[in-house]
Amino acid sequence: MKIVFTAKGTDMSVAMDPRFGRTEYFVIFDEESKTVESFDNRAIEKEAHGAGPRTAQKLSEYGAQVLITGNGPGGNAAAVLKTLGLEIYVGAGTMTVQEAYDAYKSGSLTKA
Amino acid sequence: MKVAIASGKGGTGKTTLSTNLSSYMAESVPVVLADLDVEEPNSGLFIQGELIHQEDKFIKVPEWDDTNCTLCGKCQEVCNFNAVMKMGKMIMVFPELCHGCYACSELCPAGSLPMVPKKMGVLKSFRSGNLSFIESKLDIGVEQAVPLISQTIHYLDENFTEETIQIIDSPPGTSCPVIEVVKESDLVILITEPTPFGLHDLKLAVDTVRQLGKPFAVVINRHGIGDNNVEKYCEEEGIEIIAMIPNDRKIAETYSRGELLYPTIPGVKEAIKNVVTYIESAGQGIK
Repeated sequence: MKIVFTAKGTDMSVAMDPRFGRTEYFVIFDEESKTVESFDNRAIEKEAHGAGPRTAQKLSEYGAQVLITGNGPGGNAAAVLKTLGLEIYVGAGTMTVQEAYDAYKSGSLTKA
Repeated sequence: MKVAIASGKGGTGKTTLSTNLSSYMAESVPVVLADLDVEEPNSGLFIQGELIHQEDKFIKVPEWDDTNCTLCGKCQEVCNFNAVMKMGKMIMVFPELCHGCYACSELCPAGSLPMVPKKMGVLKSFRSGNLSFIESKLDIGVEQAVPLISQTIHYLDENFTEETIQIIDSPPGTSCPVIEVVKESDLVILITEPTPFGLHDLKLAVDTVRQLGKPFAVVINRHGIGDNNVEKYCEEEGIEIIAMIPNDRKIAETYSRGELLYPTIPGVKEAIKNVVTYIESAGQGIK
């Protein structure tokens, strides 16, 4: 299973970014291979409109099955994510990525 | 002649000035008051008239027709607002993000993005003696104010002559909706309050109006509160202060009852007369 996190940095120790559309980075954790990838999304700052769907489109390139974030995506982004068939978990905005992963594994995150 | 009543800061008196000014002028000449603050029009609270016309307003947005689409992605490339997006084997359209520019539709080689009308709001036209009052209001949930503002200005141009005094109650701020109004206006009156917030946002508004190359002047509302830094700034910048509306509890009380101010408050009437003098002399210059 590939899990993607909205994050403030590039590895499992960094803080989560509670925002979806304007998240600074994605951290992508592959449970099978135990590898961590990341994507620098900071270019999104320049987009005045449509950050949500834009970020969701980027996310589609990673083939993840689960998204863990803070506040949850807005309507436009959610429409895109739905087409990707992603499971979305919210409420991890104040954790680190590792804590968010542990909370997901223990079933304490809310499914959006 | 279109006179935009604008301000950087919200709540400084655009509607107060627009409604009182247009009603006062309409005592002697035909006047149009247009409320183009389409996200929250409120001039109508002060103007009673007979409804003479009403029409729904539509924006055209693209709708994906997959019949001939080759998924080339041109639509996504040309959209500045991420309103059209290629997702795998489909094109997704986000109507709320669309500014109605037609680029994706016109440049699609397969004709797969026809433009379809989507209701965005309602335009109403009222009449009370010499005063015509036009109000446009966006529907709840519609995000783009500019297309409705633009269509309402078009309505003004079709229904009133250029010689008619058209007072426009503008949206607040300095972003696209205000610019849409100011760029179509002949004269701009910036109303502000003499406070640090008022001054800060007045400067932004002055920068905006100057870039658009429009003649403008300033009215100070609630004169007596705050400090004299707005006056200092205007003097340094060579900006004319054409009127001052005093800070007076009676004004707030009268306003909160939805009544016009100039019939009962002499300080307001005097300020309005000064604004009329400015519009008349500026009007000579513009012609």
